[in-house]
Amino acid sequence: MIAADNAAANARPAGPSARPVVAVRGVAKLFSNGTLALQNVDLDIGRHQFMSLLGPSGCGKSTLLRMIAGLGSASAGTIDWPEADHDAHGAALPRLSFVFQEPTLMPWASAIKNVMLPLKLAGVPKEERRARAAEALAMVGLGAFENAYPRELSGGMKMRVSIARGMVTKPDVLLMDEPFAALDEITRFKLNNDLLELWHASNFTVVFVTHSVFESVYLSQRIVVMAARPGRIIADLDTAAPYPRAPDYRTSPLYNDHCRRASQALEVAMGHALGAH
Amino acid sequence: MAEAARPAITIGDDAPPVILQHKRVLGVSVATWPKILMPLAVGILALAGWELAVRLQGIPVYILPGPILIAKTMVADWGTLSGSLWITLSISLAALSAAVVLGVSLSVLFAQSKWVELSFFPYAVILQVTPIVAIAPLIIIWVNDVKLSLLICAWIVAFFPILSNTTLGLNSADHNLLNLFQLYKATRFQTLMNLRLPSALPYFLGGLKISGGLALIGAVVAEFVAGTGGSQSGLAYRILESGYQLRIPRMFAALFMISISGIVIFMCLSLLSHLALRRWHESALKREN
Ligand SMILES: Nc1ncnc2c1ncn2[C@@H]1O[C@H](COP(=O)(O)OP(=O)(O)O)[C@@H](O)[C@H]1O
Ligand SMILES: [Mg+2]
Repeated sequence: MIAADNAAANARPAGPSARPVVAVRGVAKLFSNGTLALQNVDLDIGRHQFMSLLGPSGCGKSTLLRMIAGLGSASAGTIDWPEADHDAHGAALPRLSFVFQEPTLMPWASAIKNVMLPLKLAGVPKEERRARAAEALAMVGLGAFENAYPRELSGGMKMRVSIARGMVTKPDVLLMDEPFAALDEITRFKLNNDLLELWHASNFTVVFVTHSVFESVYLSQRIVVMAARPGRIIADLDTAAPYPRAPDYRTSPLYNDHCRRASQALEVAMGHALGAH
Repeated sequence: MAEAARPAITIGDDAPPVILQHKRVLGVSVATWPKILMPLAVGILALAGWELAVRLQGIPVYILPGPILIAKTMVADWGTLSGSLWITLSISLAALSAAVVLGVSLSVLFAQSKWVELSFFPYAVILQVTPIVAIAPLIIIWVNDVKLSLLICAWIVAFFPILSNTTLGLNSADHNLLNLFQLYKATRFQTLMNLRLPSALPYFLGGLKISGGLALIGAVVAEFVAGTGGSQSGLAYRILESGYQLRIPRMFAALFMISISGIVIFMCLSLLSHLALRRWHESALKREN
């Protein structure tokens, strides 16, 4: 039974020979205040993979994700994009989007204007960006709320707008930093499923930061567990299971097994963190 | 909204908030009427009390005229007073416009570089803390044209709140939004237009409301200092002149006109601020509980 599930799951991820979308090599980050947020991080992320970064608060998940996004430079090591275009100076131009923990919308702009922003900044003509933004909003189920202002939307709806803004550029990689952490469980489950549906339909890579074992297992094919002080990777778990998730996946033995392994790794991570003090 | 535009995926979390329509009388919602009527009632009561006191106590006109006499004087002297009102108002508004243009341009310049801000901001502060009465005589000597010197004085007073508030606003853009703009490789100009300026709007409008009153005060104070007469004089000179001639009711009439101008300027700027922010900013929203 489990073997069959794995076989179905393996239909999606790229084969081992394929080049990674992003290759992190020996990355360290030392903040100016002396905090060693990351040390010696190596990570290959495969094309079309749904990967979670799991770890206790303060272990450097956000720092790593932001560096992958090119926000802030590494103190040591390299982050390469073998598959991406490069500019004249050899700098990678990966097509990526970032979804923050807060919706991070412009309060003075309607939902559709918020979604149009990345296209506007890229110089896409007005007609086209409106059409594409409308499409992205419809995709996250907010087709009827194009002209609503962020304050008129609930927390979950604002997050959907934020995801639509991330999707509108059709990115190769979607980086998400605890996007659903501030939402109630019912909304979170709903958004989890919708995110998987979008990912399944559109073929991009997701790097999903979370501190929830259950969320990471439910969503991802692979969980990279980090420990703190200094931030580093301590486990890399294969949590393959068939997509779309079956309605009873959350109660299946496979899911439980994945959760157990992820929890154990997380406990080790927290032990390390505590041991350092 | 058309049925076809319904969401493809039903939204589990919740529906959009219901916007209740308030009942309106003469285009103003019922809840707003007391806000208009209460201060009006207080004002009318105060004026009535004043009139009564003046009459019952038999206070001489050259000490304190009653409001009815002041109103009559305003009508009788409307020819001179309205001309002066127009001059004072036009100087104030020109000074306010100059304060907006220069204050916003300078704060945009400050936002480009911390060094520019650090180097120049102290001088803006000096301009602000130096009493206008102290520098007005100098400006009046340096600038030959009286009207222009008054305008400069009013500008000096009105300029700082706009500069300081807009600078604060430009630096208050949400950090994650700034990150997002960086991620999408936005140019400085794009970030300014699409993020920093809209973020600064509420701050700017707050400064503008303060500067509106200050521009009027600056124009009046400077004219007091200048003390020059002629057909081109504003309300401040009418007050001085009426004082010399012991035409106290006219003095009060001019004073009233200055106060009312200040209130009208403030109300116009508040309305502008409300219209600009009502759809999104916390300050313009009603608390729904
Ligand atoms: N800008 C910064 N300057 C100094 N230290 C920072 C900065 N950002 C994060 N840190 C520190 O780096 C560590 C990792 O932070 P972060 O990446 O935010 O963790 P996580 O997202 O896993 O909770 C923490 O100890 C945090 O205090
Ligand atoms: Mg974080």
